[in-house]
Amino acid sequence: MSGPMVSLRGVGKTFSAGGASTEALTGIDLEVQAGEFVSLLGPSGCGKSTLLRIIGDLLAPTTGTVKVNGKSPAQARNHRDYGMVFQQATLLDWRKVLGNVELPLEITEVPAAEKDRRARAMLDLVELAEFSDHYPWQLSGGMQQRVAIARALVLEPQLLLMDEPFGALDEMTRERMQMELMRIWEQTRKTVVFVTHSIPEAVFLSTRVVVMSPRPGSIAGIVEIDLPQPRQFETRELPAFFAKLVEVRETLRRVGGE
Amino acid sequence: MAGFLALLAGIILLWEGYKLLGSVTGGTLPFTSTRLPIRPDDKSMPHVSQIIGTLFEPARRGGEEVLAVLLLRSAWFTFREALAGFAAGSVIGFGLGLLFVRSSLAERGLMPWVVASQTVPLLAIAPMVVLWVGQARLPIWVAVAAIAAYLSFFPVTINAVRGLRSPAPTATELFRSLAASPTQEMRKLRIPAAWPYVFTALKIAAAASVVGTIVGELPSGLPDGLGRQILTFAYYYISGPEKLYAAVLFSALLGVVFVAGVALVERLVIPRARRVPA
Repeated sequence: MSGPMVSLRGVGKTFSAGGASTEALTGIDLEVQAGEFVSLLGPSGCGKSTLLRIIGDLLAPTTGTVKVNGKSPAQARNHRDYGMVFQQATLLDWRKVLGNVELPLEITEVPAAEKDRRARAMLDLVELAEFSDHYPWQLSGGMQQRVAIARALVLEPQLLLMDEPFGALDEMTRERMQMELMRIWEQTRKTVVFVTHSIPEAVFLSTRVVVMSPRPGSIAGIVEIDLPQPRQFETRELPAFFAKLVEVRETLRRVGGE
Repeated sequence: MAGFLALLAGIILLWEGYKLLGSVTGGTLPFTSTRLPIRPDDKSMPHVSQIIGTLFEPARRGGEEVLAVLLLRSAWFTFREALAGFAAGSVIGFGLGLLFVRSSLAERGLMPWVVASQTVPLLAIAPMVVLWVGQARLPIWVAVAAIAAYLSFFPVTINAVRGLRSPAPTATELFRSLAASPTQEMRKLRIPAAWPYVFTALKIAAAASVVGTIVGELPSGLPDGLGRQILTFAYYYISGPEKLYAAVLFSALLGVVFVAGVALVERLVIPRARRVPA
């Protein structure tokens, strides 16, 4: 597959409600190549979640053009070219873990035997095979989010869109989940667009960090993160890691984000 | 259950205590000449023992059947009408809920009528329904069930709409991201999410259907059912007030049993963690 996985040109978004209109995004130009891990980083209100939803065709841009996997976002969505993970795991609490992972396969009408096999393979990937018969509320927040990741990957999309997926977790769980995500990314080589407001998280996970500034949301700078792969526990202790933290932080400060 | 029995004992004590007070003071508040609001005599307030006792006496002078059997038979008859009305009302109520969630035009157009339907006095429309059903040459119990359905569909509609709209915005975004059809979203997200809300409504609807059935039986002319017995015993109140109390007691018990039955089904169908606290 040639060409970028995600291509945004002059993308802007204006919300209007009751006569008042708010410019949420303006002049966004960005290309995400296949296999990249790109974080959208910025303070609340910089439009990073809005941008992610425009890529996923959950929102329509007011201006500009969007291409996902070489198609319009609507086509890409209808072809299930991406999987989405939200801040809340958003599991269906009347379904067991396995049933939740099977949901996308049911919607695409995959035959029962294959459905079961593929869902179990994904639970193996996120190391939750022995919890397949549990209900979501019987799992910790981190485990619930791993189920959500398995669900997002079960249709084997090339692109993974993640909206602050670890934002509701405590610091320790969060770091463990970051390791977990890196392991999955190593294994599956998906393209990931990851929204976060945590600087260390963005630096640790990404190959590129897109720093955004608010009012209206725009790209303030892009920081290449050329830390060694695969990322490991020790990555966070490298001097180069600190240097990247500083670089991202400085970029944010220049735009008044911090 | 222990709480229920304790409360029952409390009510009996209060009832009998009031009667005892009245008999000691001669029907006035202690140390005053103010009359008690309700006369404590056996015509107005029969002893609990009289009410229980009358259950085991013949229901009619010179008859064979004891009152308890007659009331059980009547309750069974009333229950079947109520169940038919409950079932029809629940299906109609849920169907309206689905319609309203699918079409806001339908909701805006019909919801005021749904609300208005419940402000019409049931006692006023019951005779009309009985008349219409008779003219349509349908069995009269259909009229009674229709009145029960009229009363029980409303809570189901209101709660179904709430339940069908209960999924979080991210859940609907998830279904959109999966390019799910509106039917898939309804069947795999909204309807399962609505069940706990619907069961809360079904318990209200079960109680309402018993009330609706008894009110519907009054003008129906049906020879059976608790409504008929209440009418009869009210007519002959002076010669046996405890019989009317016994009939009222059975009506209440029927409602309790019906609601408990629905709660039992809920317990079997909905896992504990998903139940809406009653």
